[in-house]
Amino acid sequence: MENKTTKIKLDRSELMIRGFGYVFITIFAVCCLLPFLIIISTSFTKESIILAEGVQFLPKEFTTAGYNAVLKTGSIFKAYILTIGMTGIGTFLGLFFISMAGYALQRKDFPFRNVISFYIYFTSLFSAGLAPYYLMMTQTYHLKDNYLAVLLPLMMSPWLVIMMKNFVKAIPHELTESGKIDGAGDFKIYYSIILPLIKPALATIGLFLALGYWNEWYQSSLFLTSKVDVKPLQFMLYEVINKTDALKNSVAGQYVNITDIPSNSVKMATAVLATGPVIFVYPFVQKYFISGVTVGAVKG
Amino acid sequence: MKSKKATVKYRASNLTFWQKVYKYRVLLLMCLPVIVFFFAFSYMPLPGIWVAFVKYNYRKGIFGSKFIGFDNFKFLFTSGKLSVLTRNTILYNVAFILLGNMLAVFVAILLNEVRCKWFRKVSQTMMFLPYFISQVLVGYLVFNLLNYDTGLVNSILKSLGVAEENLFQPYSDPNVWPPILILVYLWQQTGYNSVVYFASIMGIDGEMMEASKVDGANGFQRIRYIILPSLKPTIVILLLFALGGIVKGNFGLFYNIIGTNSLLYDTTDIIETYVYRATMTDFNFSTASAVGLYQSVIGFVIVMTVNFIVKKIEPDYSLF
Repeated sequence: MENKTTKIKLDRSELMIRGFGYVFITIFAVCCLLPFLIIISTSFTKESIILAEGVQFLPKEFTTAGYNAVLKTGSIFKAYILTIGMTGIGTFLGLFFISMAGYALQRKDFPFRNVISFYIYFTSLFSAGLAPYYLMMTQTYHLKDNYLAVLLPLMMSPWLVIMMKNFVKAIPHELTESGKIDGAGDFKIYYSIILPLIKPALATIGLFLALGYWNEWYQSSLFLTSKVDVKPLQFMLYEVINKTDALKNSVAGQYVNITDIPSNSVKMATAVLATGPVIFVYPFVQKYFISGVTVGAVKG
Repeated sequence: MKSKKATVKYRASNLTFWQKVYKYRVLLLMCLPVIVFFFAFSYMPLPGIWVAFVKYNYRKGIFGSKFIGFDNFKFLFTSGKLSVLTRNTILYNVAFILLGNMLAVFVAILLNEVRCKWFRKVSQTMMFLPYFISQVLVGYLVFNLLNYDTGLVNSILKSLGVAEENLFQPYSDPNVWPPILILVYLWQQTGYNSVVYFASIMGIDGEMMEASKVDGANGFQRIRYIILPSLKPTIVILLLFALGGIVKGNFGLFYNIIGTNSLLYDTTDIIETYVYRATMTDFNFSTASAVGLYQSVIGFVIVMTVNFIVKKIEPDYSLF
């Protein structure tokens, strides 16, 4: 794939573009990283220094007080278990359902494939909006304060199904035919012939699902009230960050326990702990996202 | 393609609907979870749109509440609320789409010019990072850069000797937010957006590049006359996709950065944030639903129009 233009002698314009490229990309990439470094180093900085001098590039007085405070309460462990559990279950079920449908919908002999594809696609064209959705979830399904309200809605999306369909399309349909000749049923063909062949697709879509679950805070903010003790990680982070504002905005004279306000270092430590695993994992899985983006850009 | 379709049709047309259902029962069952899912979470809420036309009463439910026709909409239109929300949502999206794609193309081209494989890989990984983190953290990162007391910007200004009263106070100044939000969007999405463009540049025939060299084209001419024209179809398709969602706001971005800071609503309130507050804070389901319905209808009309026009001009680019 590499363009072989380098072999030919570079003229001045080439050198200028290349030099500019290195400079610009470097600056941009560093800017992408910088806010994270600030959070990490500030999370190890003493509270009094944060308050006096603001956030830090390098911790002036190193301390793990913020982390100690977060780990001591133990609620972050429960949040971890909940988030990992939901990510695992949701991603597994989502992948199973999406890949099954993706296989069925690309079968050219399946007479209902266009109707069903449109039925799925339509949901991305027109939606009821938040209020009817909220009323349905809380009053018809009674899912308020129920983890299912977070687990279920994230399990699939129209574009993931379409993406899967496009991935499976690339598998030659002669394989299905040969399976049929051998007397295998449709599910058997999907399970033992197609599934092993679409591993890269499963990785890509699985990662999109997993990232959705890991970063989920929105459904939680809608449906998990203070009655639920253990929240998904990102929503826990959301509550820790915004607690201070809520207390600050409370009516003057009202009793506010000052120890209830999380310090800056506690917030930073929570942010680092809630994001950490993603930062460690993503460089290794990035290539699957890239293949997904490239396939996803092709229309259904 | 065509002939295959015809044979399938012939084979299938011999069967009645129920015979087809029976014959393809396994494939239908395989689609069932997906069908049930979209029914339960996307189609079931549709009748609830009725709440936009009633004066919602919790005890009486959506369909027992008093019908008031278009009064909820009338209020939104006459108060000017809807026009502000629509303006903000669309203007932000226009900026996101245009600047986002321009920067993504720019980065992809430069990334292609950079020949050092190691550098390319590392920088791409770094640029991809912001895409992977939750919007909650994005909001918090922004807060740590910009807040008055401990923010990085003010720390720098202080160290430069800027007077206390001249420090940066974005959280009480609505006018500074449009550029900030656009920058945050670009920061978060460019690494991801440039991937598609980078992949299509890699797909350009290397011989074409070499031929241009032989013909004496310099670097700028190569970009202008070979790379950009090759990217045109990708750019057009991505712009069309984006245009279809022009009235859909990026809720996570706005809500986590602005939150419920009403000082900033004038320039930062978009349809999604308004609907969210109306639902979750004010429990004003009728107003929320009216705004939501307005958004869905406008969005639907825009997608259909765009698709219709594209189909007329260039059928290959149409969405469906």
